Amino acid sequence: MHSPDKTTPEISSDALIDSLQQIIPLDSVLFEKEDLKPYECDGLSAYRAIPLVVVLPETIEQVKQILTLCHQYRVPVVARGAGTGLSGGALPHEQGVLLSLAKFTNIIDINPKRRIATVQPGVRNLAISQAADQYGLYYAPDPSSQIACTIGGNVAENSGGVHCLKYGLTVHNIQQLKIITIDGELLTISGSGLDSAGYDLLALMTGSEGMLGVIVEVTVKLLPKPERAQVILAAFDDVVKAGEAVGNIIAAGIIPGGLEMMDKLAIRAAEDFVHAGYPLQAEAILLCELDGTNEEVSQHILKVREVLKQSGASEVRTARDEAERQVLWQGRKAAFPAVGRLSPDYYCMDGTIPRKQLPQVLKAMADLSAEYELPVANVFHAGDGNLHPLILYDANIPGELERTEEFGGKILELCVEVGGTITGEHGVGMEKINQMCVQFNSLELQQFHAVKAAFDPDGLLNPGKAVPSLHRCAEFGAMHVHKGELPFPELERF
Amino acid sequence: MNSDISQQLQQQVQHAFERKAALSIFAGNSKAFYGRSDARAASAEILDVSGHRGVLNYEPTELVITARAGTPLREIEKLLEENGQMLPFEPPAFSDNATIGGTIACNLSGPRRAYTGAARDFLLGCKIINGKGEILSFGGEVMKNVAGYDVSRLMAGAMGTLGILLEVSLKVLPVAEMESTQLFQCTAAEALDRMHAWSQTPLPLSASSYHDSTLRVRLSGATEAVKAAVDTISGETVTAAEQYWQQLREQRLDFFTEEKPLWRISLASDTVSLGLPADYNEDNCLYEWGGALRWLKSDAPAETIQYAVAELDGHATLFRHDGDNNVFQPLTPGLMRIHQNLKQAFDPENILNPGKLYPEL
Ligand SMILES: Cc1cc2nc3c(=O)[nH]c(=O)nc-3n(C[C@H](O)[C@H](O)[C@H](O)COP(=O)(O)OP(=O)(O)OC[C@H]3O[C@@H](n4cnc5c(N)ncnc54)[C@H](O)[C@@H]3O)c2cc1C
Repeated sequence: MHSPDKTTPEISSDALIDSLQQIIPLDSVLFEKEDLKPYECDGLSAYRAIPLVVVLPETIEQVKQILTLCHQYRVPVVARGAGTGLSGGALPHEQGVLLSLAKFTNIIDINPKRRIATVQPGVRNLAISQAADQYGLYYAPDPSSQIACTIGGNVAENSGGVHCLKYGLTVHNIQQLKIITIDGELLTISGSGLDSAGYDLLALMTGSEGMLGVIVEVTVKLLPKPERAQVILAAFDDVVKAGEAVGNIIAAGIIPGGLEMMDKLAIRAAEDFVHAGYPLQAEAILLCELDGTNEEVSQHILKVREVLKQSGASEVRTARDEAERQVLWQGRKAAFPAVGRLSPDYYCMDGTIPRKQLPQVLKAMADLSAEYELPVANVFHAGDGNLHPLILYDANIPGELERTEEFGGKILELCVEVGGTITGEHGVGMEKINQMCVQFNSLELQQFHAVKAAFDPDGLLNPGKAVPSLHRCAEFGAMHVHKGELPFPELERF
Repeated sequence: MNSDISQQLQQQVQHAFERKAALSIFAGNSKAFYGRSDARAASAEILDVSGHRGVLNYEPTELVITARAGTPLREIEKLLEENGQMLPFEPPAFSDNATIGGTIACNLSGPRRAYTGAARDFLLGCKIINGKGEILSFGGEVMKNVAGYDVSRLMAGAMGTLGILLEVSLKVLPVAEMESTQLFQCTAAEALDRMHAWSQTPLPLSASSYHDSTLRVRLSGATEAVKAAVDTISGETVTAAEQYWQQLREQRLDFFTEEKPLWRISLASDTVSLGLPADYNEDNCLYEWGGALRWLKSDAPAETIQYAVAELDGHATLFRHDGDNNVFQPLTPGLMRIHQNLKQAFDPENILNPGKLYPEL
């Protein structure tokens, strides 16, 4: 159903497996059906494919040799971290090698003076903060999947978390990368300083979804742990008021450490699941975390409470202690699985919108929900406009997955329409490839392909993902109408 | 004074593309000293972006501003100030004519950079004309956007060699409620030690500098937080500190007036010595960014400085000079190959500011 592309290797699978076994130990080359099965999908399980072979190298030299081999015989390569991605980015290629970085789990160095940590790509996000904790430092970007996802995957997706508005995304928190290009060359991108000579390849690699090179080492920046963090919960009888409150907090000159919103359905699901004490009658709640020095937090709490009340909050509650703070966050962090309990399946979307468009977008989403007869729960990184609508469906009902995907696509197109984007942090992968045709015109897509070719002219790294071919867009019949021009005029209509 | 001359600019690029004629991109001309002066540039046609100006969208509560590239930096800073906000990377202007496009193209950032981020960190999106004369948009006006490669940030620091900036969207932040600058007399080694110790604790630091045996540290944030931090780090509170940081940012301190080439050296903050031969007077340094940026006045040959800095995994830029063309740190062959491929991808006829960054580009 979701086949990425049709690249075929110029080597038989037996010969390929044989050659791979020359590079890495036998037990690090998997090719039996039952060994391949665990790799058939990432966090987006609707998309599955069995790779030809899975390799688990342990050294940079081995990765170099594997890529050189694949390059020589035109074998597609898909890199994989923990496989928690939500857009099918690590979906295997049926004719290709799945390159797992799972054995690259060493923390190479932590330098508290320079406030950096140099780690292998398979190190888990949370493990970095845990290792830095002894120095009073931490790694700021905190995707909800942080106990499982790898830093290599985080760089490849430019992952965010609940603290992005204040502390930035992955791209703002890394200093150096080592990558291996498809022809087996090791490149060190950026150095020991805060910037580097030449083009910003560090930014270009971040969020490149395994399309430009394989990341084999990451140096991340660390921050001092805030002296204190405190969370305020505010309840609203109207989502629009909650949205306005977010703007009012920022207008007051405060950038909270975290600023999250949940709608009624998400509140109820989370409350049933973790009993965080959320107000069930509210239409929306905001969780606003203030962090920094003791004095700063005290000062800002008073101010934010005031702003929330003036914005019409029906209840404003400050966590009295760390335990209560943890409980309030637990509800938010468990929102996905909590919503998952309401329905056999759920589908998580990831658009970003200018915050002021929230009322219109929520309204349009409610209309679509009625039209498709599928309920939606909303979890929202409110501070930075990143929406995570969760569509509830049942994959066992014939046609319901397809309806859900179509509904999801409509939501993303809506985000583009109001000036936003189809993905804030989960990436395009396989999933949003059609919506790329909505967000970008053919010239822009061609420019992306040219960037790809600058690194990987044969298109062997993660083929068919992230950037659609113009043909695909024509088939999809995307509605990117740019200043009245017909989209893809050079292509025949289907 | 809003005007949209994108059509005209596009036609000029298309025309140059057809004729394979080099274009030299200008706007405010405030940073003409910066970068290489290539023979190809001398005979190039001028592409003047300064007429393409105007703020297109500014919503303080969305923390975003979008402006045409030729909009004067001063105009943008004034508008933000009126709304209690700022460009968090404190860009140097070097002249009243500086434009926002030139600022982003050079990716220059001021004293706050080490604590809040560089120009590239605040760039959310841009509209460009590539070397084929195509108008393209990347990124957008939202904080989080991972659709497609991050072409916007690639433009920051590319100095026009990959595309002409038409519009940029930037994240802005509220100005701090209070600022205070503390001063200490100490040696360079002591200054580095202090800066490192402080930056490992959650103090509201926003700038630091060391020269002439004097360490200055700026604290910015909520009033109570700054007051408490002043108590913690002590030192002498500087009056008229704002003026000092302004002069540092614009390179108007005495240090910068000396008649020698000025080097900008970016490296690990705890570097003690650059390892230059003794007669090159490496003590003649001004430190910024907690030690991660060093300004050096030196007659040493470019090769000597760049070799020494490469050994430290840093990079050295000949910031102000009289004719030496080894301006930017040489790239490894592997990185140069990628740079050339990218140049080819955006500007296949090599007409946009040829040779401005490297002779090969
Ligand atoms: C419950 C849950 C919550 C989540 N919450 C968040 C969230 O809050 N914020 C957020 O941003 N994301 C979130 N995610 C998505 C996901 O966790 C992130 O995208 C994460 O960065 C993926 O890391 P991974 O190691 O699992 O990568 P994978 O899924 O294995 O791979 C992701 C992509 O990166 C590429 N890749 C992986 N490693 C490398 C490498 N070394 N070199 C080159 N390319 C590589 C792959 O080819 C693929 O394209 C969530 C996922 C789940 C399941």
